[in-house]
Amino acid sequence: MSCWQTLQDYGLRSIGIGERLLPRSDFTLCEHFVLIGSGMIWNIYFGVLALITGFFLATALAVAKASPHKWVRKPAEWFIFLFRGSPLFIQFFFAYFFFLSLKSQYAFFSPFTAAWLGALIVLFLNTAAYSGEIFYGALRSVPRGDAEAADAYGMSGWPRFRRIIWPTMLRLAWPAYTNEAIFLFHATTLVFFSGFPAWQQRGDALYYASYFADKTFNPFIPYPILAMYFILFTLVIVTVFGLVNKRLNRHLPTERRTRLRFRPNLLR
Amino acid sequence: MFSYCADPESLGTIAWFSCFLTTGVHLSFYLAFFKVLGLLAVTAPVALAFGFIGAMTARSHFLPLSLIGRAYIAIVRGVPDIAFFMFFVIALDQAFEWTRHKLLCPEWTQPIRQGNDFIVCAAAKLPLGTAPQWVHESYAFFLALITFSIVFGAFAANVLYGAMRAVPRAQIETAEAYGMTHRQSFWRILVPQMWVYALPGLSNLWMVLIKATPLLFLLGLEDIVYWARELGGTKTPKFTDYPHGDWRMWYFLALLIFYLGCTRVSEVLLERLMKRLTHGQATLGGEAQRKAAA
Repeated sequence: MSCWQTLQDYGLRSIGIGERLLPRSDFTLCEHFVLIGSGMIWNIYFGVLALITGFFLATALAVAKASPHKWVRKPAEWFIFLFRGSPLFIQFFFAYFFFLSLKSQYAFFSPFTAAWLGALIVLFLNTAAYSGEIFYGALRSVPRGDAEAADAYGMSGWPRFRRIIWPTMLRLAWPAYTNEAIFLFHATTLVFFSGFPAWQQRGDALYYASYFADKTFNPFIPYPILAMYFILFTLVIVTVFGLVNKRLNRHLPTERRTRLRFRPNLLR
Repeated sequence: MFSYCADPESLGTIAWFSCFLTTGVHLSFYLAFFKVLGLLAVTAPVALAFGFIGAMTARSHFLPLSLIGRAYIAIVRGVPDIAFFMFFVIALDQAFEWTRHKLLCPEWTQPIRQGNDFIVCAAAKLPLGTAPQWVHESYAFFLALITFSIVFGAFAANVLYGAMRAVPRAQIETAEAYGMTHRQSFWRILVPQMWVYALPGLSNLWMVLIKATPLLFLLGLEDIVYWARELGGTKTPKFTDYPHGDWRMWYFLALLIFYLGCTRVSEVLLERLMKRLTHGQATLGGEAQRKAAA
């Protein structure tokens, strides 16, 4: 079987298009590459959607945590502590069984027990908590002069936040936020190992890599391929976020710009 | 556990739970918590040692050694850690068995990889097929320990490498002016001073290490996640004296609280440690402490 044929059969296997049965023996290198690459679709799906949705909640959390009102600040602090203080792995398990018990009472919750929605929600809340903390730190280091200038122009409330505070906060937070994005992307590999079932063997990249490793007892081929894919996508993230960083810093003289540093935050 | 547990069906709620939560399997569950704490207690110093060696290697003036150190740090950091965990456990196991195979069975001629199988002679198997159950379990734990140490060693190496470079250059220059050798200035000046720069990174790492412990489950150990899944599942009266529905959610809630507790306690302790380490250091924090005391 040619590699082109394999690509047609398994290229979209992880979302259920193509050959139904996974290869069972005589694995070729091509099959390794195609199937693990196909699994990356899920990693990208989870990573991108959680990041985009999490961004908004994170901003809200940061503002809430910086609020002088106790009733606004405390919930935000607790939310961030809850999600940053416990392992994502346990959060996945808990959420899965939580949705499972809800499902047994209300049929409405049945899509929540599937990875595409349930795990996405956990990742969304989790990344919101981590980014919220980053944004909160940045919010506190917004130069006082910027806020005073806004006051002097008679800005207050929403326009003051939207046009002065928020862009500076983003600019200051961006390097750390880039790392958070990489970190989240790496964390998406946990999804199918933590309760959420891979329906019809539609899993992510690590799911297929461990499938190969289990079948061949040879970890030296699938895992380095997986590593290669991840390093590749990490570079893509760094490039995209680098462009945004450039735009956020465009008004500053070169030496005052915040630099991006590749510094992933390990695992959660 | 208690004498009144003989007939669970007749008990009230509180008494029922006191019996239910002290059954043999639950005691294994509680033991698994100590397994986690034991892993933390052993991994942290070993990983720190690995990290120290890694950082020293990366700083080496001998280029190949320095490249090895940097590669160790870079590779582990660029790839999802869970992939590393799953890779190392198989790879290490096979590396050990292969080495023993070469040493113990030199007359063996067949290839080790036959199709989809990894075959070594019976004497080289780790642990031996005849070994008791506890050896198998502790071998798995031992593999997990090395894996954790390797991965976290790389993270620690990165932190320590940064910390060594953060020590003000003037301090080393002073040491050199006093006629200290390279080695002396490293051990007497650099190492004692670097901890205060390393501590924020290391405490972050400790938090991450705590949160990484549930991954033991993926390495095939009977850890708290394993027991929570086992014990929480629906139990019918046919097989147990304590039938209940699907309680896995509550078991995982307990784990969540356990981890939150660990995080909180660590935060408080590390805060105190930082205060002690800052004492007398040439940093803003140290200066502030000095002024407050004076």
